[in-house]
Parts: sequence; C-alpha cells; structure tokens
Amino acid sequence: MLTNQEVAEALIGKFGEDVFDFEEPYGMLTLTTTREQIMPMLEFLFNHEKFKANFLTDLTGVHYPDTPGREFAVVYHVHSLIHNFRLRIKVFLAEEDIHIPTATSLYSSANWMERETYDFFGILFDGHPNLTRILNIEEMDYFPMRRQYPLEDTTREDKTDALFGR
Amino acid sequence: MPDLELIPSASTLAKRDQPELVGELTTLNLGPTHPATHGIFQNILQMDGEKIVSTEQTIGYIHRAFEKISERRPYYQITTLTDRMNYCSSPINNLGWHMTMEKFLHVEVPKRAQYIRVIMMELARISDHLICNGILGVDTGAFTGFLYLFEKREEIYEIYEEVCGARLTTNMGRVGGMERDLSSEAIRKLREFIKSFPPVMREFEQLFNRNRIFMDRVIDVGGISAERALNYGFTGPNLRAAGVDYDVRVMNPYSSYEDFDFIIPVGQSGDTYDRFMVRNAEIWESLKIIEQALENLPEGPYYADAPEYYLPPKDNVYTSMEALIYHFKIVMGEIDAPIGEVYHAVEGGNGELGFYMISDGGRTPYRLHFRRPCFIFYQAFPEMIKGATLSDAIVIMSSMNVIAGELDS
Repeated sequence: MLTNQEVAEALIGKFGEDVFDFEEPYGMLTLTTTREQIMPMLEFLFNHEKFKANFLTDLTGVHYPDTPGREFAVVYHVHSLIHNFRLRIKVFLAEEDIHIPTATSLYSSANWMERETYDFFGILFDGHPNLTRILNIEEMDYFPMRRQYPLEDTTREDKTDALFGR
Repeated sequence: MPDLELIPSASTLAKRDQPELVGELTTLNLGPTHPATHGIFQNILQMDGEKIVSTEQTIGYIHRAFEKISERRPYYQITTLTDRMNYCSSPINNLGWHMTMEKFLHVEVPKRAQYIRVIMMELARISDHLICNGILGVDTGAFTGFLYLFEKREEIYEIYEEVCGARLTTNMGRVGGMERDLSSEAIRKLREFIKSFPPVMREFEQLFNRNRIFMDRVIDVGGISAERALNYGFTGPNLRAAGVDYDVRVMNPYSSYEDFDFIIPVGQSGDTYDRFMVRNAEIWESLKIIEQALENLPEGPYYADAPEYYLPPKDNVYTSMEALIYHFKIVMGEIDAPIGEVYHAVEGGNGELGFYMISDGGRTPYRLHFRRPCFIFYQAFPEMIKGATLSDAIVIMSSMNVIAGELDS
C-alpha cells in the first residue's frame, strides 16, 4: 500500500518547487502543479516502477471567476490500480492564457474528457487531435458551464434567491 | 448478344486482389435513431464494401445539462437528477449520490440501511445486465431470451415499487439511510424473486451460451486487449471481460460490501462473448450477495441519527412542528455544508460511477461532475469496430451497454 506521504515526497523530490498546495480532503492526496509540469508529472506517475498510476479516472474543469490570474482549474483524477491509490492533480490557468497540453498522448481516454472540458469551459488543450464540441452544437459561441451564464433569468424579481433556497 | 459489361476487366480484377479498398468508400449513417442502436447515437461509418474503415461519432442528443442544473440546486434536490443518468439501474446512481453526501457530511449510516442499499443496488445491477444481455440476443436475432428476462425485470421493478413507490426513477435513498424500511411484502417479493429467478436465468444461459449461431456472431468480435482497455478508461464488465479484475466494490468497499462473499468474474479476450459471459456471471454473483444480505439483515434503525440531514418521515411532517421545520430546512438547502471537495465512486452497472463535488460552503455545490463510465468507454467504439462488418458493429455496441442517459448527462 502506498501512503500519501510517500507519493508526495517522491513528487517533491522530482518536481521540487513546481508542486505545491498539498491537501488531503477525505483521504485523497490533492496537489497543484503548473501547466509546464503537468504532462511530465502524469508521465512520471504513469511510468514509475512503484506507483504505476496508469489509469485516468476523470478529467474536468472548474471556473473560479473571482480569483484573478487563476480563473480556471483543470482537475485530473489518477488511479494506480495495482496499489489502489488515488491522486488528484490540479492545474490553475489564467483566463487570458487558457492553454494546457493535452493528455491524449498518454491516455486515449483523455480524448473525450478534454473535449467535454473544452465544450463547457473553453479550456484549450494544445495538441489535441480533434478539439471540437462534443455535447453541444458546433454553432454555439459561448461556454455554458462558466459561471457568468446563470441558469435562470436573473432579472426576475418574483424569484429571489433568499426565498427559494438558492 | 452477351452483356459485355458483366465480364470484369483486367484492372477491376487487379483491384479486387488488393485487400484494401475495392471501390469507393461508402458513407453510411448509423443512427441517430436506428432500431438497433437502442438510443440516440449517431455513427457516420466509412464502409469499404461490408467492412468498416473509419467511424465518426456524434453524441449529445439528450441535452440535459445536469452539471449546470446542480449548481443551482440544494444538495438534497440533486437526487432526482442522478436517477436519470443510467436509467437501467437508477438505484445505483441514486444511492451513490447519497453516499457521496454522507462521506462529505461525515454521516455514519446504520448497518441495516447499508444492507438494504446493497440489496437494492444488486437488484439494479441484475436488471441492468438483464437488459444488456437480453438485447444482445435480440441483435443477434434471438428474441426469446429477451422476453424471458423481461418478465424478471418486471419483478425487480415491482420490488422497487414496494420499497419506494416508483419503478424507473426510484428516489429511494436519503442522506443518512433509506426513505423507509423494507416492508414484509417487499421481503416476501425478494425471497420469491431469489427462488424464481435462477431457473429462468439457467434457461437463458442454455439458450445462448453454447448456441452455435450466437457464438459465431460474437466470438472474436470487437475484442480489446487489457492494455488498450485500461488506456481507454474502461471500467466495469467491459474491463473485466478484457481480463482486469478491477471492481470498485472490492477495491474501495462502500456500504458494507466487505461483509459479503462474492467473486469478480473475469474474461480473457475482451470480445463480445466475454462481455456477455461476464455480465451473466455477475448476475449470479449479485444474486449471491442479495441472498447473503437478506439472510443476515441486521436489526435496528434504517436511518442515521442525524436529524439535520435525514429527511423526516412524511407522517411526522404533517403532525410535528419539529419535523416540519427540519423538512423545510433540508429541502430548501439550509444545511450547513462544509467547504471542501470530495470524490466518491460506486460500481455502477457499467463501471466506476464517480461523483466529484466541490463545495464552497453554500447551499448548492460549487461544481459537481459525474464520472459516467459510458461516456468514457464509448470513445473506444471506432477502434473496436474497425475492420468489422456492419452487423458486428451493432453487436459490439449493444454488448458495451452504452446508455444514452449516462453518455450525455
């Protein structure tokens, strides 16, 4: 069994200053890295003779409009099936430079997950073989999961958030 | 006068000897709605004669935006969205979401509720696999098995009805336990199901497992190696058919799965036949789990002592002020959610069904992402049908158990 400590130390040893913000919410090791280091880190975890974290469970995006310089987060959930160890890696991106390298060279499964993230958040995955919308129509010119698009008409006054529990 | 056109020219004959590309490629639209795709999936196939050369997939016809809707709904109201993802096994989705919330809120669920959940989730898995395997039979031209199994699925739905009142979109769980206890009628129906199901299942297996026509249609069709399956993010029966014994119930046990004795059926070649056989074997394992859970059903409460999270019973809401207040507070989302993020996975009908949630302490999740197994493994479809014939493609798609609701969320 791997421990969070062990993996975190190995990652610090390899990437030094580029991994930070270590957390353990509900036992899952969570860390943040930079856009430059995300692919080397995924490759390191994939090929490491002990960790063998070769299963990409999930890839998704989050929008934080109120934090300038790090408006978007890309979240990777990586799983080592041999040691049953899960790891969450985050990369924060600025809105004006919303590029991140694709993980499709490492995982075939990243293809659609990245397309979905692009479709909903507009995050551009550099080097992706087919970065087009997947769940929405091609003609759409905005990214619906960004938080500036509220779900309901905000100009209505008969439905205030305070009354309806939202 | 003989028709000279019918005699092939030398250049045509030379072309015919080449294994690739006899004539022009034909573009064929399989779907969006086609009786054999059991859902709204579009595949634009490039066909060389009867052989599939390449495929372009289009999904997204359902357009429901569950993740966006979740950002405006209190935690409790999200339950009804999860039902509609994999509608063939809605209790798993449903209870999976409740377990995510319990993990997030640190609610300890009593053993009895956990066992009832296990029973319900395994019933859901059985009904999911029954539909998948039954329809695989239909796609190979055998309607009988499907009809046999549908009667049994009907019985499972009657058990759901007895437990929660609904059949398809079963909103049977609550944060902290179950909506209500198993009634004596539900237990009777469960026992009857356990008794009456095996003969039908055995008959179904006799119809298919060693059926020459069926075997010719599915063996060595749509095979995928373990390595490719892992790289494509396969989980569930599709991955196990390729020979990897990964099962969330065993790797990360939830809801007392560690108490039960069952095995993980594993295939070898990852072809359509193995997927069929793994699902059949899993049905038997699920039946074993239900038997054990019914046998050892613990006494005690079926909900946690957490009034701030567990929705009070409706009778109390009508008669007691306290219950009314709690009911209002929970439904309107006034529970104090902590700040943080959580990922919880359950073994759905198709594989690892994950819920990734970020909370900023508000009434609604800041971000909720569903890891839908279908969405992830359906992208391997072009690779799996490359070089196969059109009739193979139909069989491969139905054996992968692609469910439109889970694909699109």
